[in-house]
Amino acid sequence: MSIDTTAQAAATPDAQQPWSELGLKADEYARIKEILGRRPTSAELAMYSVMWSEHCSYKSSKVHLRQFGDKAPKTDALLVGMGENAGVVDVGDGYAVTFKVESHNHPSYVEPYQGAATGIGGIVRDILTMGARPVAVMDPLRFGPADAQDTQRVLPGIVAGIGGYGNCLGLPNIGGEVVFDQSYLGNPLVNALCVGVMKHEDILLATASGTGNLVVLFGAKTGGDGIGGVSVLASETFDADGPAKRPSVQVGDPFTEKVLIECCLEIFAEDIIVGIQDLGGAGISCATSELASNGDGGMHVILDSVPLRDATLSPEEILMSESQERMCAILEPANLDQFMEICAKWDVDAVVIGTVNSSGRLTIEWQGEQIVDVPPRTVAHEGPVYNRPFSKPASQDALAANSASSLARPTSADEFVETVLALVGSPNLADKSWITSQYDRYVLGNTASATPEDAGMVRIDDSTSRGVAISTDCNARFTMLNPYLGAQLALSEAYRNVAATGARPLAVTNCLNFGSPEDPSVMWQFSEAVTGLADACLTLGVPVTGGNVSFYNQTGETAILPTPVVGVLGVIDDVHTHLSHGLPADDLTLIVLGETKAEFDGSEWAHVVHAHLGGQPPQPDLEAERQLAEVLISAATEGMVSAAHDLSDGGLAQAVVEMCLRGNRGATLNLSGDAFTGLWSESVARAVVAVTSEQSAGLLALAQQHGVPAAVMGTSGGTSFVVNSPDVTFSIALDTLRKVHTATLPALFDH
Amino acid sequence: MSPRVGVVTFPGSLDDRDAQRAIRLAGAEPVALWHGTTDLSKVDAVVLPGGFSYGDYLRAGAIARFSPIMTSIIDAANDGMPVFGICNGFQVLCESHLLPGALTRNDHLHFICRDQKLRIENTTSAFTSGFAANQEIVIPLKNGEGSYIADERTLDELEATGRIIARYIDGNPNGSRRDIAGITNEAGNVVGLMPHPEHAVEAGFGPSLDGLTFFTSVLSRLVNT
Repeated sequence: MSIDTTAQAAATPDAQQPWSELGLKADEYARIKEILGRRPTSAELAMYSVMWSEHCSYKSSKVHLRQFGDKAPKTDALLVGMGENAGVVDVGDGYAVTFKVESHNHPSYVEPYQGAATGIGGIVRDILTMGARPVAVMDPLRFGPADAQDTQRVLPGIVAGIGGYGNCLGLPNIGGEVVFDQSYLGNPLVNALCVGVMKHEDILLATASGTGNLVVLFGAKTGGDGIGGVSVLASETFDADGPAKRPSVQVGDPFTEKVLIECCLEIFAEDIIVGIQDLGGAGISCATSELASNGDGGMHVILDSVPLRDATLSPEEILMSESQERMCAILEPANLDQFMEICAKWDVDAVVIGTVNSSGRLTIEWQGEQIVDVPPRTVAHEGPVYNRPFSKPASQDALAANSASSLARPTSADEFVETVLALVGSPNLADKSWITSQYDRYVLGNTASATPEDAGMVRIDDSTSRGVAISTDCNARFTMLNPYLGAQLALSEAYRNVAATGARPLAVTNCLNFGSPEDPSVMWQFSEAVTGLADACLTLGVPVTGGNVSFYNQTGETAILPTPVVGVLGVIDDVHTHLSHGLPADDLTLIVLGETKAEFDGSEWAHVVHAHLGGQPPQPDLEAERQLAEVLISAATEGMVSAAHDLSDGGLAQAVVEMCLRGNRGATLNLSGDAFTGLWSESVARAVVAVTSEQSAGLLALAQQHGVPAAVMGTSGGTSFVVNSPDVTFSIALDTLRKVHTATLPALFDH
Repeated sequence: MSPRVGVVTFPGSLDDRDAQRAIRLAGAEPVALWHGTTDLSKVDAVVLPGGFSYGDYLRAGAIARFSPIMTSIIDAANDGMPVFGICNGFQVLCESHLLPGALTRNDHLHFICRDQKLRIENTTSAFTSGFAANQEIVIPLKNGEGSYIADERTLDELEATGRIIARYIDGNPNGSRRDIAGITNEAGNVVGLMPHPEHAVEAGFGPSLDGLTFFTSVLSRLVNT
């Protein structure tokens, strides 16, 4: 096969090129020709097509995402903001923490095990690239109905992939979410979050500066896996007929990644590199163009130097390959020997593939011929930007008008018991340990709290008691009803979950999972959600440090529920003071903090009992969230509560049942108002705490000081969950609750 | 001078730093040992930590057994040096024939991570002498290939000679024959345990402090000899 050189491209301006097949639009192809002053070579076309794909260029989302920067709250905590591989926040004592959540939705549908596994691998390399030691992972997951046939296929594979890869990397999996909804049946969501720790002075950036410096590719060899994975998979909707794109999914090797992590950390400790970039989506195309674009602007790469797993790969394929477990470093020639020595110690392949120069061009040669000659910024950072049309869907007002208020509610004691059990055993609220027990939560020895607690928490280093807590949340039904408020509610819940462990919320990451941006209705959801989230982050004083957008999550014309997953990171001075939700003793007083309103639209109750979705979600109250958080944080620090649990999905009934089961003791609730509202409302800014008689007065005073309503609602003890109210009185044995709560997932997935 | 306890890092070892922490908390000096040398750095005892050495390719522990450091460890163990294999380390000890039997895929085929109750049945081995007879403890268990298997004669012999150091109680998590969680060799200096005592040594970071006794046991033996 002849090589399509830059000279040949100049000489044959009218040669036909497969720009459309590679996912480029006519105007995008025209713009490439304009930038280059000639047609692109086939290698250049490959690079532009992957880098200008939705997944890499954020071309549809960019104009909206700017709000996260424009509306960012003033904070000294942010050391590295959006735009780098991951944001970095100051957590005190000279430590910094970096965290980010990303999607691997489409690959995980095609090949559940490898898709989910490489999702972990990719986010871990992003964190590593910042100079940090990865210390924990989390996985927000969403599937179709738990009993659907395809869920039986994808869920076990995805869970095994996350466990198989994450466990082998030695990273504790400390939390996440598992949500089932019809809309994810043909498009499950597999998001992966990683958090890493470093000292301030160790932060690294993806930059190639210093003329004469070397570009070193190290890690796994480059193969044919994942070619076009990004552009083909992440930017195209699945046909209802199902996938036939298996070869595009990358195949992971966690052992190689583990060794690569240790090798990188040893290299970082020696302070011998100028810049570093991981190879993820768009492989070498992405790494070289981003490094060059961020640095002095010039780089020459000899593509023949790339170690290959498959000698028959064409240069275009090498540029596009998404083979996993690879990194690219920039270093001074004087440090090369030491760099190579460390790689040899860890048996990691490393090879110089190029040099940094001041040409302002990224040039790539293959068999002595020039096949790429481009301004790197035009590949990496100056991709197309779209102002996609958006409009509120015609059905939105009807959806909002269809409130859950007229649905039949339980009245008799038997009906109340039935409702409690239906919710406690429903797939979204049932015990998830069938899934989470397949993940190692102990490795590294710093896990202070993990699933099913409100937030995962790890000590940042064993020389300190300082820790970070993280929670990811999103109620996509709320976002469907009102995307602006729904995104704010996702933030509220994650913020509350972090505070409920006693940690102070500090920063936000997000993974915005939506349908096709070419659908104005989806674009409206997206725009509303981003605006809502940016506004709420400003109000709560927590900046967005980075994240990821995943579009095209739909099957045929049907988009998923808009799912902006929000991750909040908080800091706690001493992890030993953290709060858990298990009831630790009998005779504790249960106090509900916050105001309970009759809010049932989009609730778990409406979903489980009536399969109903309509109305308006609970009204966010960000100021109330902030005050509630202050109460919880102070209460933890001062030792004023014995247990705490946030109130969200399934309301007070679900929360107290979980506290009972976790603590293995009963509780009695004495409700003064309407029992149904008290038990199942999903009003925001609420938590339930358990206090001893000594703690009670202090906690009530603290709540009053912050203007947080506090109502004594019951006591711990006994072997049943008991509810007394003016309307109804009932009791359910803990044994029954435990059986119902723990049976659901094993019954569906244990074969 | 406090005893020196080595912890081997193979490529793919994961709980090596955790084992070092446990050794430090027990009062000994942890010493990092590298798989690629035969140098035991004058340590008094060795811990083979958990993880996936060499990616567990071929079989768990099968490649690690041939690493240079294992040659020295096998010799030292045969000379009486205390050697403790945890999880993957237990698998390496079986592959090295320092302990009988093998560890196979969990019977339910899933990786499992949970707090596991054990009964200590041997209080004379190098790593269990600090426990009371039949003491019940809770430490984390996390493995994919933790099902202990050996022929009936070997199992009978382990039972008859008191070489089963710990058994799973309140539920066998992986299908181990006779609920075996850990065993020792005839001399009592080589011990393999599938659950992870190094993750139960610090208040706030594990289900108990029960794991510390494995490390203080060997420490008191080293100090007294």
